[in-house]
Amino acid sequence: MSAFLDIFSGANVQWVLIGSLLLGFASGVIGSFVLLKKQSLISDAMAHAALPGVCIMYIIFEIKSVPLFLVGATITSLIATHSIQAIIKHSRVKSDAAIGIIISVFFGFGIVLLTYIQQNSSGNQAGLDSFIFGQAASLVRSDVELITIGAFILVIITALFFKEFKLTTFDPQFAQGIGLPVSFLNGLLLALVVGVVVIGIQMVGVVLIAALLITPPLAARYWTENLGVMAILGGIFGALSGASGAILSTVMENLPTGPMMVLSASTIFFLSLLFGSKKGIALKAVRQV
Amino acid sequence: MTYALWIIITGCLVGVTCGVTGSLLVLRKMSMIADAISHTVLLGIVGAFFVSQSLNGIPMLIGAGIVGILTAFFVESLHASGVQSDAAIGVVFTSLFALGVVLISFIGDQVHLDTKHALMGEIAFVPWDTLQVNGVSYGPIAVWMLGSVLILNILLIWLFYKEIKISTFDPQYAKIIGVPIVFVHYLLMTMVSLSTVASFDSVGAILVVAMLIVPGATAYLLTDRFFTLLLISALIGILSAISGYGIAYVWNVSIAGAMASAAGVFFLLAIFLSPKHGYIIRKVRNSRYS
Repeated sequence: MSAFLDIFSGANVQWVLIGSLLLGFASGVIGSFVLLKKQSLISDAMAHAALPGVCIMYIIFEIKSVPLFLVGATITSLIATHSIQAIIKHSRVKSDAAIGIIISVFFGFGIVLLTYIQQNSSGNQAGLDSFIFGQAASLVRSDVELITIGAFILVIITALFFKEFKLTTFDPQFAQGIGLPVSFLNGLLLALVVGVVVIGIQMVGVVLIAALLITPPLAARYWTENLGVMAILGGIFGALSGASGAILSTVMENLPTGPMMVLSASTIFFLSLLFGSKKGIALKAVRQV
Repeated sequence: MTYALWIIITGCLVGVTCGVTGSLLVLRKMSMIADAISHTVLLGIVGAFFVSQSLNGIPMLIGAGIVGILTAFFVESLHASGVQSDAAIGVVFTSLFALGVVLISFIGDQVHLDTKHALMGEIAFVPWDTLQVNGVSYGPIAVWMLGSVLILNILLIWLFYKEIKISTFDPQYAKIIGVPIVFVHYLLMTMVSLSTVASFDSVGAILVVAMLIVPGATAYLLTDRFFTLLLISALIGILSAISGYGIAYVWNVSIAGAMASAAGVFFLLAIFLSPKHGYIIRKVRNSRYS
């Protein structure tokens, strides 16, 4: 037990813990709106599309700089969402196929660039791989600070625009009618999702970060019908998943961080599915008896 | 030369097998199920390894088949219980995939199965892993596996051609005239799982998703006929594999990634240049009538 506690006394681990808590909270809150707008899988595409952005930045500047990577990831994620919308709007291809195409092609291209870097760069490219599945253990102090501050800002922005987001999610026509800038708000929500993706990729990885946006809010749906409560509960579930994933992968060495966070979130979802106070299976069974 | 030839043949077989099966899913607006299954078969492969302690073809196919159908079943059940379909897909596939990835890290270095392999595959090693009978080599195992799954798929499509076609284009009518829709659904899911697992080992999850969705969507832009669509999907799959290999050879990059990128380029070309549904022809038509 004391060995277990020793792990938490390390300053780096404390930072990782705080970072993963806040990251999980931000993704849970923002994910609630994404879920209700039925954009969960689009967020998955944005996450996968971050990989080529990171690689392009490395190829151009030949240095490992996290802020530069984040800029690259932001650009390609935005290109990905706009491509999905353009495909749906300008061709007969349906939204599900459009998302699938963008996910696989952008990610495939990212892998091409990753292998190109591994073949051709002389510098220290080790660690770019960890963007795929995330590795909390490889984070340095400044990375974690960036995650913490970033997540904090995302939460603040969401809180500031909470009412507006709520209106545009449930009743876009009405929101437009009372003069809310609906397209600006949609764009802002998109930007927040990109924010979660880019600050989360180092810790969770591009493949599974979308799960942190989808699963905690969906679990929260089984406990409440009120959006405000759902967003906060989603945030708490997200924070729990983030922290427990980070701890488990630090305590047991070889375990990848991202998948552990996702499994924690899945466990919370499963328990909510069974015992949730609004739509849980157990409750339904009791009612039927 | 035979080395490169085997890789190209493997890529082409993946393109045809996944392209044909996937185009059915694109038509049924179920592309993301393909994405989900091609991630979750990893769990089936790892599970099969834990049970049989080997990476043999048959246990792997069974394990992946089971997990693939389970994925479809979980998504269906969550959707039926009131969860919107995109979120249902998202939760199920990320959970099962994460479980697969975590279980892989328990296997350690005993076998050539790791997370990177799961995503990118190891098509470059395909030619060395040959089928040996009495000391005689009969070509790569992957080619045999893909070939048999392809023949099985073609056989199933041929047998149930009418049922698949009707239930795809007019599910209501299909139900009325007594086509077993649920059976056709799970038949397709089985075909997707088998195609996925046969391809997975050599090309990884990314290329499987790309080959399942992109050729079908590209063909959908080029034709309105069902049978032609299947043929064009297969052709696009082959073209993507060959040109992808060329790109990978010239720049010395990931073969699977390059094939996926090549498929993306073909889709991009079709979206602009398709003589029937392309962006340019639409613009021309609109300006003529307005």
